[in-house]
Amino acid sequence: MARTVTTLTRFNMTSLALGLAFLYLPIVILVIYSFNASRLVTVWGGWSLRWYHEFFNDRAMLEAAWMSLSVGAVSATLATLLGTLAAVGLARGERFRGRALFSGMLYSPLVMPEVISGLSLLLLFVALNAERGFWTVTIAHTTLTMCFVTVVVQSRLTALDRSLEEAAMDLGCDPVRAFLLVTLPLIVPAIVAGWMLAFTLSLDDVVIASFTTGPGSATLPIRIYSEVRLGVKPEINAICTLVIALIAVIIVIASFASKLSSARGESAAPL
Amino acid sequence: MPLLRIEGVAKSFGNFRAVDKLSLDIRAGEFFALLGPSGCGKTTLLRMLAGFETPDEGRILLGGNDIAQVLPHERPVNMMFQNYALFPHLSVRDNIAFGLRRAGMARKDIATRVAEMVALVKLEGLEKRKPDQLSGGQRQRVALARSLARRPQVLLLDEPLAALDKKLRESTQGELMELQRRLGTTFVIVTHDQEEAMTMAGRIGVMDAGRLVQVATPRNLYEAPASRWIAEFVGDINLFNGQVAARDHGRLTVSTTEAGTLAVSELWPPVTKVAVSVAIRPEKVKLSRRAPASDEGASRAINRLEGVVTDVNYLGGVTSYRVKLESGAVVRASMANTARLDVDAYLAGQRVVAWFTADDCLVLEQ
Repeated sequence: MARTVTTLTRFNMTSLALGLAFLYLPIVILVIYSFNASRLVTVWGGWSLRWYHEFFNDRAMLEAAWMSLSVGAVSATLATLLGTLAAVGLARGERFRGRALFSGMLYSPLVMPEVISGLSLLLLFVALNAERGFWTVTIAHTTLTMCFVTVVVQSRLTALDRSLEEAAMDLGCDPVRAFLLVTLPLIVPAIVAGWMLAFTLSLDDVVIASFTTGPGSATLPIRIYSEVRLGVKPEINAICTLVIALIAVIIVIASFASKLSSARGESAAPL
Repeated sequence: MPLLRIEGVAKSFGNFRAVDKLSLDIRAGEFFALLGPSGCGKTTLLRMLAGFETPDEGRILLGGNDIAQVLPHERPVNMMFQNYALFPHLSVRDNIAFGLRRAGMARKDIATRVAEMVALVKLEGLEKRKPDQLSGGQRQRVALARSLARRPQVLLLDEPLAALDKKLRESTQGELMELQRRLGTTFVIVTHDQEEAMTMAGRIGVMDAGRLVQVATPRNLYEAPASRWIAEFVGDINLFNGQVAARDHGRLTVSTTEAGTLAVSELWPPVTKVAVSVAIRPEKVKLSRRAPASDEGASRAINRLEGVVTDVNYLGGVTSYRVKLESGAVVRASMANTARLDVDAYLAGQRVVAWFTADDCLVLEQ
């Protein structure tokens, strides 16, 4: 089939530029201003790495960043474990009574307003008399992000040919070994993508974290939010630029992982 | 005692009875085909033999042991899947070695066996390829080698050639038969393609609605189908409904509304009902311009049907004709094109006599 090469007309160019500007101009401004030498956010004072330097010397900010990264890593790992198990149960398990209800409940955090999830978790932790801090935020984020992992992994599992597992069993694997030797290697990219998604969601969250965290253990977004209320410091721009860079890297890795995953899926399909 | 004995096996999915109290014996070293339309339960039966489905009732005896409840990985049976189910993340060599590794075979023996299997299916030089770097025919060979590597007592093949094109399918049929003879392994193949079943299998079991309706050699299945349904399912056939008018020394006279009175030789067991169908395969119907010479005594009674040729389809090896009788019924006849130049071919619109002997047709209960 002949592929038609379309050249961009002036109209297309303009609309594309406006659309991209609408989405990315604020971020570009933020990134540029993070290299601003001036103390005043809105006044350009020349290029400088001053605010990055400032951030790496700001202990409270660094602690918040560390808190966010560790909450993200631990909650993403827990969510990936639980989410993958749920996906396997839903995609491969026998049809059990209440399966529809179960999967509906599993996916409810996707649509549940965060304020409600945050508040209900706060009430739970208060009722349990749990000390609020690292673990409460981690648990809260696990419940928030688990369903995203399930969505990603379950769609991969459903697309995977069932007869691959049957072939493994036919060739001498018990069901557990068939899963470990055949299914797992084929869904690893989806699991990696799920982890990345969970990690970025956790890194990004303000609402649920602010409900479930305790004094002295603020995550980076909470810290930034409270700083900004006292007036925007150029240091915040520098932190945000770093977060954007980190998330961009993760998104690129995750998209490569899911591309790899679907490429493997194609080869698994019959002729 | 046969190698594989299926005894009163039944399996339902919800209200649907996929396999209904089916019994079958398969001998050691046999090439057995399960043939039937889609949804007849043949794949379910095969999956019960492999262990992917558990029968609701009945026993499956392999070498005298009931394996109906044994898990797939503990059965000395292997299966070749319809879509091959090759592991996409493993190379050809690792795919073939997969089952051997699970059996805890020594590394050196695995290498020997894999090399042997690769040679058997002629895949030398492709050992390091991944399945997505192979052609359809090559994948089919890998799947075959993988399922044979463990030297199963019974190899189950689920529509093994369905994904191949016609030419490749025909050559692969020959190779499968050759392989089966050489290894002496019992093959049970599931197919909906009757030509495939007839070409390869020593015996064919025809299934319909979860039951085995006939088990026979390809020849008997075609020439002596047990019922009208089988006669119509296997190959082409002309059918004329009628009543038995007279019975005399194994010779029936059937009066039909569409083709007048027909003389038919009776097979064993004799028909018991009065309402019957006379069945005649198209290639056993001869055409001629004039009626053939008179009957040579009662032993070669000839049925003659006069009509007009309506369609002529030249198919290369054979030409098939449709002849419309005065009653409006259509008789199909096919004749081998034995000469390159056929000056005697019949043309549409021509008046002909379609004739066949009493021995060439069958009588089937309606």
